[in-house]
Amino acid sequence: MSYRITGNTGEWEIVVGLEVHAQVISNAKLFSGASASYGGEPNTHVSLIDAGFPGMLPVLNRECVAQAVRTGLGLNAQINLFSRFDRKNYFYADLPTGYQISQFAHPIVGEGKVLVDLADGSTREIGVTRLHLEQDAGKSVHDQDPTRSFIDLNRAGVALMEIVSEPDIRSPEEAGAYLRKLRQILRYIGTCDGNMEEGSMRADVNVSVRKPGEEGYRTRCEIKNVNSIRYVMQSIEVEAQRQIEIWESGGEVDQETRLFDHVRSETRSLRSKEDAHDYRYFPDPDLLPLVIEQSWVDELKAALPELPEAKRERLEQDYGVSRYEASVLTAEQAVADFYETVAKGADARLATNWMLGDFFAALNRTGRSIEDSPVSAEGLRELLALISDSTINGKIAKEVLEDMVETGESASAIVERKGLRQVTDTGAIETSIREILAANTDKVAEYKSGKDKLFGFFVGQTMKAMKGKGNPALVNEMLKKLLSE
Amino acid sequence: MSSMHDFTLASARDALKARKISAVELTNAHLDAIKRLDGRLNSFITRTPDQARAAAKAADEVLAKGEGGPLTGIPLGIKDLFCTNGVRTTAASKILGNFVPPYESTVTSNLLRDGAVFLGKLNLDEFAMGSANLTSAFGPVENPWKRNGSDAKLVPGGSSGGSAAAVAAGLVLGATGTDTGGSIRQPAAFTGIAGIKPTYGRCSRFGTIAFASSLDQAGPMARNLQDCAILLKSMAGFDERDSTSVDTPVPDYEAALTRGVKGLRVGIPKEYHAPGMPAEIEALWQQGINWLKAAGAEIVDISLPHTKYGLPTYYIAALAEASSNLARYDGVRFGERVNGSSLDALYEATRAAGFGEEVKRRILIGTHVLSSGYYDAYYLRAQKVRTLIQRDFLNAYENVDVILTPTAPSGAFAQDEKPTDPVQMYLNDVFTVPASMAGVPALSVPAGLDAQGVPLGLQLIGKFFDEETLIAAGHVIEQAASFTHRPAIHAGVSA
Repeated sequence: MSYRITGNTGEWEIVVGLEVHAQVISNAKLFSGASASYGGEPNTHVSLIDAGFPGMLPVLNRECVAQAVRTGLGLNAQINLFSRFDRKNYFYADLPTGYQISQFAHPIVGEGKVLVDLADGSTREIGVTRLHLEQDAGKSVHDQDPTRSFIDLNRAGVALMEIVSEPDIRSPEEAGAYLRKLRQILRYIGTCDGNMEEGSMRADVNVSVRKPGEEGYRTRCEIKNVNSIRYVMQSIEVEAQRQIEIWESGGEVDQETRLFDHVRSETRSLRSKEDAHDYRYFPDPDLLPLVIEQSWVDELKAALPELPEAKRERLEQDYGVSRYEASVLTAEQAVADFYETVAKGADARLATNWMLGDFFAALNRTGRSIEDSPVSAEGLRELLALISDSTINGKIAKEVLEDMVETGESASAIVERKGLRQVTDTGAIETSIREILAANTDKVAEYKSGKDKLFGFFVGQTMKAMKGKGNPALVNEMLKKLLSE
Repeated sequence: MSSMHDFTLASARDALKARKISAVELTNAHLDAIKRLDGRLNSFITRTPDQARAAAKAADEVLAKGEGGPLTGIPLGIKDLFCTNGVRTTAASKILGNFVPPYESTVTSNLLRDGAVFLGKLNLDEFAMGSANLTSAFGPVENPWKRNGSDAKLVPGGSSGGSAAAVAAGLVLGATGTDTGGSIRQPAAFTGIAGIKPTYGRCSRFGTIAFASSLDQAGPMARNLQDCAILLKSMAGFDERDSTSVDTPVPDYEAALTRGVKGLRVGIPKEYHAPGMPAEIEALWQQGINWLKAAGAEIVDISLPHTKYGLPTYYIAALAEASSNLARYDGVRFGERVNGSSLDALYEATRAAGFGEEVKRRILIGTHVLSSGYYDAYYLRAQKVRTLIQRDFLNAYENVDVILTPTAPSGAFAQDEKPTDPVQMYLNDVFTVPASMAGVPALSVPAGLDAQGVPLGLQLIGKFFDEETLIAAGHVIEQAASFTHRPAIHAGVSA
């Protein structure tokens, strides 16, 4: 069902394209040897090249190029063996050279596509127009001093991939799904950590509206630098509303750059088309055209990890999990790896249930991620093995898992230390049951006179007496036998 | 004392190696000459006598052990466009203020590695933009040459005017220059010295303040081609810090000097017979042809059909790049700052105060030709014509080995004869610009004096990375011209 906004004059369709800036995972910056790691004291990850000192020259970092190619492959995109770096000229205090080195006319990656899954179970294909490499700027800090601004160049020169989508997105939900899918792919390939809070992934959102069935596009506005998926979705909604109101009141939407204010939930004009920069792009004469070999692209392709789509399909086949379970388990590569370590050679159904149930619950409770999980995949597999071979029952296993989370001890160590080994000795079970029956002769009489429900009471009492360690099947069997004596 | 000033770089090198002279006395003699003469010539922006003496002393210690590099103990001057570690570097602009780089350019590092002694930083046109060394924020440089019977101050050419004047006057044994559209060759011709603009990519641009990145090339300036050859071997080489430097072996240029020109095919491009060119320059050119022919070269008439587009397209391509290269001088991180009430006001005030008129003019032109709506008509078309100019040379080199032309359409003019129309000034580069646009190597050698006693140069343009043939052909002209004239003002005579 198509997403529509109802205005005074009827329904409206929205048209959205996204430009995502994804910070490349690399040790060094795009054109200098300075560290590209996040954080650090201001101006400590800065080379003379990043600071634009006289006579300094950029030298392309090969690893950043490899990352862009890998990402292009992950987006099923055309890899351009010839690309070129251009200068985008504008003045700003945190842009040391007065130009950003970017790829304008000849990007390294051409057209590709991303498949997104929507809540109603349908799938949509969003076109990728291009991906190009460019430098990040530094950071201006205006709120530390009443009269001065401060500049931190740690980020200046860090490699970014700008991934531009086609205007194929038709709802806030699709925008969110596209961003999540893109982030998932980048994380799988290891080319961007997708951390929007730290700014390593940001989006410029292009929004326009039109009547359903209308040909062509109306004037769009670009909302700059939106830094969370939720804000992207919100900003599309409020910007579309704003534009609809303008059209419906007989006005004309101006092409402009806007900012999203999430506190007030509105977009505000940053600059109009007339004030738009003339960036005076031209090929950077300090750099040669970037020419790469098909054989190198092939090598990078061969070394790519399994991508989310393929992994999901494989988990469905290999482990008999449902499509939904498979998408949860493949949302992050680390989760999928964890799952496969647990499930391989084990009871896959048991593994799936425990991962999606008690294990995720434990992670949530402790606020930990899969990467710093208090229980390792091997540890969880051992616990599940103890269930499978009847060393402990499921109920005891839950207790053991909690203990594992708390102490970091192995399942078997906990079982031994706390004496939780399941009792399968029928003699011991019989002794316990006889004691319970002897202490509850009234209930035994009631049971025998037809009050079947009391069977559960006897099970509970027996398990309690056995501190939960009785093998449930054996306890049931023995109780039935003794109660019918 | 006067004998110290009769050395060429090569003969000083040999005398040092033979311990006939010491590096300290050689350096002191040059420092004294600078002290005596440079108040007038103004060829130095920054003098570094203390560092020079220390370096000379160290050189003597090395030489005493029978060791040393190709330039150990040789006093040189460095164009103040090369960043020098711990020594103020200005580009002859106010905007750099008292900028002291914490790094050394690759070219000067190479010279230091080979033992050179730097006497200081040489004057130039601001950011290398000029053809007369009249745009320096540190004042004009005077050409040590005089017209017969006149005391008019002549220009040394530009932009490497300080380098040219210092070499011609004997204040240094050699100097670094940079050439974007003729900035080594034209001042070399104006001051009666030799200068080589190597193939683009031969010398690293790392640490050299950029004017137009796709054209800038460092090269040597010295009293003869042997000295230039020695310097070029040291300056040249691949540098991984400059993506446009080329990884090809550096030959022994000095060894190429005496190769001769027997059988060499020398092209004479008809388009260089510029209308209005003085007859004596035409005559000198013909003289050069005769000399080469006499030495066994074959003379071939050729055509470089796009020559006339060289100058206009150069001034588009070079200034486009310059407008972007000079954006970093914004008062934010280094150099001069003039504060303002906003960031834009700071930029405007800083750049208004820091840049001279010619630099501002060029930034404006360069910004204009890249602007939306003008890009295709100017920048893009200039790039296309540049390809055609390069093709002219490649076609010519199918038939000839080198090309001979005059270096400049006139000899040195007086400071007060400076054309008021900037385009007239740009015409100085008409013969030097095409080789720059093509990226091919070229040199200028002194070949004679004009009727007023002012030196004139001939230009040889070569094939990519074939500086050796250029040097061999240039040396034939050098020998034939036996240019032994010295300027009116030079070390060893009283000022």
